[in-house]
Amino acid sequence: MNGNQMLGQRGEDAAAAYLGRLGWKVLDRNWRCSEGELDIVAYDGRLHVACEVKTRRSTAFGDPLEAITERKAARLRKLALRWAAANRVPGARIRVDVIALVCDGDGFALEHLREVC
Amino acid sequence: MTLAKTRSVSLVGVDGFVVDVEAAITSGVPGLHLVGLPDAALNEARDRVRAAIYNSGEDWPNRHVTVSLFPASLPKKGSTFDLAIAIALLAAAEAVSPLSCAGLTLVGELGLDGRVRSIPGVLPAVLASANAGCQTVVVPRPNGAEARLVPGVEVVPVASLRELLCLLRDEPPPTEDESSEPIPHHGVDGLTPRTPDRRADLDLADVRGQAEARRALEISAAGGHHLFFSGPPGCGKTMLAERLPTLMPPLEPEAALEVTAIHSVAGTLPPDQPMITKPPFHAPHHTATRAAIVGGGSGRVLQPGAVSLAHRGILFLDEAPEFHGGVLDALRQPLEEGEVRLSRVEGTARFPASFTLVLAANPCPCAAAKQMDCSCAPNVRRKYISRISGPLLDRIDLKLELTPASRAELRYDLEFAESSTVVAERVLDARERAMKRLSGTPWRTNSEIPGPELRRHFTPSGEAMRAADEALQKGTLSARGLDRVLRVAWTIADLAGRSDPGDDDVGGALALWNGRWT
Repeated sequence: MNGNQMLGQRGEDAAAAYLGRLGWKVLDRNWRCSEGELDIVAYDGRLHVACEVKTRRSTAFGDPLEAITERKAARLRKLALRWAAANRVPGARIRVDVIALVCDGDGFALEHLREVC
Repeated sequence: MTLAKTRSVSLVGVDGFVVDVEAAITSGVPGLHLVGLPDAALNEARDRVRAAIYNSGEDWPNRHVTVSLFPASLPKKGSTFDLAIAIALLAAAEAVSPLSCAGLTLVGELGLDGRVRSIPGVLPAVLASANAGCQTVVVPRPNGAEARLVPGVEVVPVASLRELLCLLRDEPPPTEDESSEPIPHHGVDGLTPRTPDRRADLDLADVRGQAEARRALEISAAGGHHLFFSGPPGCGKTMLAERLPTLMPPLEPEAALEVTAIHSVAGTLPPDQPMITKPPFHAPHHTATRAAIVGGGSGRVLQPGAVSLAHRGILFLDEAPEFHGGVLDALRQPLEEGEVRLSRVEGTARFPASFTLVLAANPCPCAAAKQMDCSCAPNVRRKYISRISGPLLDRIDLKLELTPASRAELRYDLEFAESSTVVAERVLDARERAMKRLSGTPWRTNSEIPGPELRRHFTPSGEAMRAADEALQKGTLSARGLDRVLRVAWTIADLAGRSDPGDDDVGGALALWNGRWT
């Protein structure tokens, strides 16, 4: 595991902890299929939410949210539907959120973007 | 608040339309989406606005931002919306209060460093905003003086986005010395600024001899009549024409605003002189294309042509037969209607084009000083002069054949030559007389009176009309020609201080129309 992967792992842990504090139930982490991987799948009490977690050490190369392009958004949507199919959740009951983390001392500055696609 | 609204102005020709700029932050993939028929330059606003916001020390809202330009069906062009887009965006992101910018109209292009750059067409934009009832307009600082020409509007000139944000937040303006950075005085769109007025030291007294031509200039200046000089080279055609503006009175405030608006759109306003008060003088070279003369351009970018740049002034075409085929005849419609309408797929632009046309031509290609020395074959002569078509000549009130000044005139006439100021006074008197007669009508000079109106209210007595009747009888005068002769007769009477044109006035006008001084 290299530095970036470790950072990503720490970011995902922090994001899961954050969702827990919101009162959301984390259902799945690092769910994989042939198309790719979903970082976190949670349930906010109303809808299922597939969360993409982006972590960066600094914003020198741009905000992590800027890494979400139309293409990536389409891929996330597809993965979310795959997860929904595998877990017998209706496709309309799942949405995609993005959680962006930037290192801030020992912790992270966190930004949560709901309903990206 | 994730919704904000402000206003900007879109220009079609010299008419401005107020455009609502709305920004909304919604869920979705982060990015800026511009809707409402933007053109290529406007689509690039996305990148300019983003860099300008970053470099003004603001946070870029990393959200799905939709910026809508309303009415969506009106095509929009250019970079004048940058400032409005940036402010609507920041207000939607709550970086400034959405209420503070709701009543503003903003025009200006943003530099990547957040500086607000000057744009063409500020005057018509501010006029449009005022007519739409929006009394506060934010403009680039270099355009401030131009914007202030519009009465009853509060103008807020800004140098940078940072400065505008401070104003909207009621903070003191930024301390960094913006003015120390010299703003390069280039013309808008990279055009070089107009050459300094070389008319300043011209005077009618410089011309020797040519008493008839001087008289024709005086009549032209007093009534706004079109003029045609033909004659051998060196007899002073160009000199005379260039001195016509010195005889004309300064523009009335309303006309000055019209002229300034056109030059603002064309980007030919000198930076240190926001208001054009002297009648413009425009002399395009004879290689000018039709689009350069009447105006044109592709798609949404329609530029005024020479006829509009000469609005309320003089369009001087030297060496008229050398103009390309069709260029001269393209003048026929603006000469009649006083405006040009350019139609393209995206819409029709209207440019005012009411000007005094002055043509100068040699009688033949060899242009010998004395007619008997001419070496041109008759058909060559005929072909050369026929390049100025009959229908165009029919629209020209004063036609003059000049002969070279005699030795006596060249040597001694200077003492008798009247200076421009003396003639200009007579012209002003004549114009005032005409204006008094025309009070209560939309016309200001004799040449503007439409034909039917002229025949209804301004027909001289039967006695005076005898010469014109004869010409009509012989068929040497057309119906339009008659109208033109009548208008010139009125101007001659005005210059002489007579309340009604007599037979001398009509005869003189007829001779000038025919091109022979009897």
